[in-house]
Parts: sequence; structure tokens; C-alpha cells
Amino acid sequence: MKRCLLSIAIQVLLLPWTALLAAQDHSYTQADVENGARLYQSSCAGCHGPNGDMVPGIELQRGRFRHATGDTDIIRIIQSGIPGTTMPPSSFTDAQAGTIVAFLRSGVPTTDGGTRIVRGDASKGRAIFEGKGRCGTCHRVDGVGPRVAPDLSDIGAIRPARELEQKLVDPNALVRPANRFIEIVMKDGTKVTGHLLNQDTFSIKLLDSRERLLSLAKRDLREYTYVKDSPMPSYRDALTAGELGDLVTYLVSLKGERP
Amino acid sequence: MTITCRVAAWVAVLSLAVAPVRAQVSFERLLHTSQEPQNWLTYSGTLFSHRYTPLNQITPANVKNLELQWVFQTRGPAEPTEKSEATPLVIDGVMYTVLSPNHVVALDAATGRMFWMYSPRLSPLARVCCGRVNRGLAILGDTLFMGTIDGHLIAIDAKNGKPIWDVNVTRPELGYSLTMAPLIVKDKVIIGPAGGEYGIRGFIAAFDAKTGKESWRFHTVPGPGQPGFESWPAGSNAWEHGGGSIWVTGSYDPDLNLTYWGVGNPGPDWNADPRPGDNLYTDSVVALDPDTGALKWHYQFTPHDEFDYDATQVPVLADMEWKGRPRKVMLSANRNGFWYVLDRSTGEFLQGKPFVRVNWAEGIDEKGRPKRTLNATPEGTLVYPNNQGATNWYSPSYSPRTGLFYIPTWMDTYSTYTKGDVQYKEGNQYTGRFPTMTVPALRTGPGNINQRTPQEGWGAIQAFDPKSGELKWQFKMADVTDSGVLATASDLVFAGGREGYFFALDARTGAELWRGSVGGQVSAGPMSYAVNGRQYVAISAGSALFVYALHQ
Repeated sequence: MKRCLLSIAIQVLLLPWTALLAAQDHSYTQADVENGARLYQSSCAGCHGPNGDMVPGIELQRGRFRHATGDTDIIRIIQSGIPGTTMPPSSFTDAQAGTIVAFLRSGVPTTDGGTRIVRGDASKGRAIFEGKGRCGTCHRVDGVGPRVAPDLSDIGAIRPARELEQKLVDPNALVRPANRFIEIVMKDGTKVTGHLLNQDTFSIKLLDSRERLLSLAKRDLREYTYVKDSPMPSYRDALTAGELGDLVTYLVSLKGERP
Repeated sequence: MTITCRVAAWVAVLSLAVAPVRAQVSFERLLHTSQEPQNWLTYSGTLFSHRYTPLNQITPANVKNLELQWVFQTRGPAEPTEKSEATPLVIDGVMYTVLSPNHVVALDAATGRMFWMYSPRLSPLARVCCGRVNRGLAILGDTLFMGTIDGHLIAIDAKNGKPIWDVNVTRPELGYSLTMAPLIVKDKVIIGPAGGEYGIRGFIAAFDAKTGKESWRFHTVPGPGQPGFESWPAGSNAWEHGGGSIWVTGSYDPDLNLTYWGVGNPGPDWNADPRPGDNLYTDSVVALDPDTGALKWHYQFTPHDEFDYDATQVPVLADMEWKGRPRKVMLSANRNGFWYVLDRSTGEFLQGKPFVRVNWAEGIDEKGRPKRTLNATPEGTLVYPNNQGATNWYSPSYSPRTGLFYIPTWMDTYSTYTKGDVQYKEGNQYTGRFPTMTVPALRTGPGNINQRTPQEGWGAIQAFDPKSGELKWQFKMADVTDSGVLATASDLVFAGGREGYFFALDARTGAELWRGSVGGQVSAGPMSYAVNGRQYVAISAGSALFVYALHQ
């Protein structure tokens, strides 16, 4: 019993520091991420927005900050605020602030219920990307490959592993607006298909299948249709679980480092 | 030439050279703005808040010849980029406006060149939910009035930009901020605080224009013993943090001697558990006696709001034939997706109709209470319209010529509201979990990249006939709009949107007649004025003010 009490006491003493330490070594439990997400939504999203990009010059979930240079800095700013700006101080403990950092950093491979996901081999994943998976026939990485499908050079910095895995097995589960395709029929019957880059009331901007940047006036179009499904095939049956793990690990390793 | 003759000659020369200098801006002038259409004397153009100009030089026939005259950068000195939400005032050839957050400038309204700038020192404690912004000034006599994001009301000499008095209205460290243009009624300056996301207790307060002395304060959340307190939970201090912010300028009817104000959301925004009840006077319009601050009547658009449906829309006052008899009405396009006609003498509900897709209520009963169908849940509830609302603080317009009510609208938008934990802490946001939505937040830079489908939200300027309740026309935009609307006596309607266009429509048909690209998101209301007989139209977009006139 004594040993048990001692153990509990040690755990209680360690508790406030675990998330902070986790934040410092970039290793977060799923519980940290979930707790951080809750705190973020209730206390940060009002100004920073649900995606952390509402304050100009700052993209919290992509690691783009104005003042912070590292996780310890972020924790300090969460607690102390930034004088002269709208960033207020808070009463968050180190542990709480650490979970917010965990949530912001949850794009990196993380743990699941306290147990680390078995990670694959990035070099094998790269071979699958370039070979069996034929990913490189549509996607571009570090300047190599076509441009019409999303460029994956920094996919590991902007998407969590679980989302990449889901995308590989069920491509239509989530087609982000930024990755939408559009099919256009011009008034003369010409058809154009491509990656929708932008639109407004009067025009559509796209990168077409021949990699041309086109700006088309809507008045010149017979019709245009947003493509609902992803053109990407599912790899649910095409790759083994191990191969998927390798491929996800490779994708997660793509951080968009500056050339 | 005698000295007397010389003086007389100089006076004659001066009177030719200098634009005619009028008397100070008396309250009489504010009551009769239609007699001086060249000026824009108050936030919405008139105390009835029509945002309508009697000027008619720019017409449907010649608007195609509109061209940019000047641009004024509205990024304040040593300030980060911030959107410009201000509507300028123009008095006898001089434009007064505010650079974010609180730098006041006087400009030559014909050229955009600056006479002076006044920059108050602001407290670093100021905290604002949605941008360090200001929506404009008020003027009375030779004095300008500005609320600041750190909770001060400042009187400024319109001739030299020097402060005359400066009063601390409220506490910035608790999230109270002043972002709206004040309203002048008689000898008083009326203003209220933003801060509905910080657990404030809102109020409307009047100050003596000469001295800054507070005359009265009406709390938008009643305290114990006051009428309306029964709409808050007994035995709880929920009312102390009940919200009810004031952040858009109200209106005034001199015949009834009533001033009308839209009141913001209850706090916390998205978890209503701490505040069972209707939560008066949040999401309501209140009619006050401007001499005493006494409440004459109220009408609540959204009882027990869980969706952040502030009623901080401009109350538009119109006199019209209503079901066979003349009636003094108020038109209000509400964030909750319904637009309303009320009797502004009594607050009687006359009509309420949806102007967008709405699923949180299936209509409004004969007494004016919404027939509620949805609540926020821990699992998440999908609600139309979205958290930003069917419309918002963006000024609507009413044209007495067409009789139409013009509403800047967010179409087919939705949010998922998930009830989350909430606890009040001084100076922290007090909201519950932030809802998700498909439309991104407004930014200060260029227009959004828009890759959404129409099912994920689009924008429109809509024209409704208040008498029939019918939609007369709809100008569709691929993106939503945070722009106000200006109607003119030549039957034009000016507006803009997030795409960075500023455009003119036919006020009777909605046909697009002209557009210009302003390269930034419009988050302000257009206004119009004239100098030396030439009509101008001004609009802020991004962090700049753009001014147009016909090609000469």
C-alpha cells in the first residue's frame, strides 16, 4: 500500500510536467492532443480561428509564428501574453499550455491512446511512392512530378499521419476545398478540366491538365461543375498494411524544407 | 485706397478663394441632413440610418464613367495591418475618418491630402475579439467624438485634431472596448462597449458633449430587481457576465424622442447552460429615452441564443403605408436569418421573414417569438445560418424612392455548434467551444482564395419590399460580403464584397452597371458626398480608402 501511495504521489508530482516535457521533445500522447484541442477551441480559437490562421502572419498549425521560436516560447506566450498586442495573458499551467502546443503540433506522427503507432520505413515508403503505388505519376515532391494533383513536398508538415492513412484507403472521405477539380465547358463546346485555384463572381482561375494557368470569364462558359470525388484511387486493397505504414511514414517525412 | 477699402477688398478676395465656411454642425443640421446632401454628417448618413444619399449626379446612365480619384492608406503609423471598417464623415469639404485602431485624420475630401492626424496613446490592456478596429466618428459643433479600443471616449477639436476631453468609459482589461461610431442625440454622445466574447455586462451610455460627464447608463443585462431580470437564472451571477455588447451605431426618431439600439449576444456564446431563460436584452433592439436612458420598449429577436446571433444590426427607421395606414416602422435584417418590420412607436411585431436558409427556427409566431427547432449539443448541431450570421454589422440601406430595403447577405452558410466547457475568468474569452464553419475568417490582405462550392456558402445583395415582404431582386456573388450598402437618389445601389470588387447596381432591378477592383476585402459601408458640385463615392477595402467620381 505504501508503495502504491508513493507511486501515486510521484505520478501526481510528475503530472504537470509531462505535457511540458512532451512539448519540448515533440512527443505527445493522443490524450495531450485531445486535451489541447479542447483548451484551444475554448480559449484560442476565438482570435486565432479554428484552424489557427485567423491572425495575419500567424499559422499556428503550420508552425508559423511572429514571436515564438520554439515550443517553450509558445508556452511562455500562452501564459504571459504579448504586451502591446491583442494576445492576452492566461492562467494556464505549464501542463495545460503544453497540451495546447501538443494540439498545434499534432500534425507530426503521434501516439494513440498512449501507445506509439508502429511506424514504417520511410525509404521503403519512398520506393512504393515512386514504384508500385505510382503516386509520382500525379503528385509532385521537391520539384519532381506533375503539378495538377496536390504537391506533397510539405505534406508531412501540414497533415497528421492518421489523415494521410485515411486518404490513402478512402480518397473521397475528405476532399479539401484546396484540392478540388473543376470541369468546364466553354461556350464553343471546348472542355477544360483542372485544379480549381480560385474563383469569384466573374471569373475562374485554374491549373488545367496541361499545366496552364487559366483565367476564364464566367460569361464565356456554358457550364462548370465542381468535381465531387477525388481522382485518386484507393490503396485499401492495392497495398498491404505494412506497405501503407511505410508510405505514410515517407509522406510524414516530407516537411517542405527550404531548398 | 483707404485702409477700410483694403480690408474690404481682402475680405472679398478671401470669400472667393476659400470654400464657404458654414456654421458649426448643430444638432439641427444632424436632424435635417437631406438639406445638405453634399455632407455626410453621421455614421449611417441620417439619424434614421438609411445609408441613402440625396445626391444624384452619378446615374445608371453615366456610372460606367466612374473612375478612381484618390486612395488613402488606412494603416496607422507603427500599427500592424488591420482591416478598415470606418465610414468617413464629410463636412463642408473636409473628410474625417479613423485609421485602425484609433488614429483620427482630417483630409481634403476632394484630393485625400491630410490636414492633421491625432493618435491617442492606447493601453496595452486593450483586448478585442475580432480586430483592432474602429467604425467611425461622430461630430457636434466643432468637436469630433471617438471611442477607443481601450475603453475611452475622446472629444477632439475638428479644426486642429487636439483632444478636448477624454473619459474612461469602461475597463479594457476585462474585455470592454469601444469600436462603434458614437451617435449624437441633442447635446449627448451615446456609445456602448463591444466585448460579448469576454463575459462583459453590456450597456449604452450617454455623455455630455461639452464636458464628457456621464448623463446616464442603461445596462443591457438587467440587474437584480430590475425589469427583465426574471429572464436570467435566479440565485446565479450569470447576469454579471451576460454579454449584451453594443458595437454598431443606433438610430434616433425626433418625433417619438426615442433612440434605438441593437444589442449583442449573451455570454457565454455557445454554451447556454449557465444562463437558462430568455436572457434579456441580449439579441434585442431597445428603444430608449435619450434624455434619461429609460427603456420605452424592447423586442427580442433570438431568445436564449446559443448561436452568437447578435442583434447588432443597424435599426433602419422608415415611415410608410402599412396595411392601409401610415405607420412609423423599423426595418431590421437580423443575423439570425430573419428580417423584421416592427412598429417603432411601441415595438409591436408586424412581420418577420427568413431571407436565407434557416433551420434553427421554423418561423416566427404571431407574437413575434421564433419557433425554435434546434439547440447546441455536446455532439454538435449543424445550424443555418452560420456563426457569422445571415448578415451582421454591415449596414443595410433603405431608399425612400424605391421603397426597397437592401441587405448584404451570406447565403447558405452553416456552422456546427458543439457545446463545450466554459468558465468565467477575468479578461479571458468566455464563449464555449468555437463553432466550425466552411467560410474562412475575413483577412486584412487580398481577397480570399475561394475554392468552395455554392453549397458551402455564397453572398448576395438582396432587395426586399417591406410592404409585401417579397424579394425583388438578388445580386449573387461567389463569396460572402462584409460590405454595407449605399442607395442613391438616382436609383443606384453601391456595395462590395470579400472578392475585392466595389460595384454599382440598378436599385430597381439589381443589374450590375459598373464595377471596380479594390484588391482587398470590403469590410465597411460606402458613403457619398460632394465637393464643389462634384459627387464622390467612398469605400474602404483592405487597409485603404478608395474614392470615386465621374470622369471629367
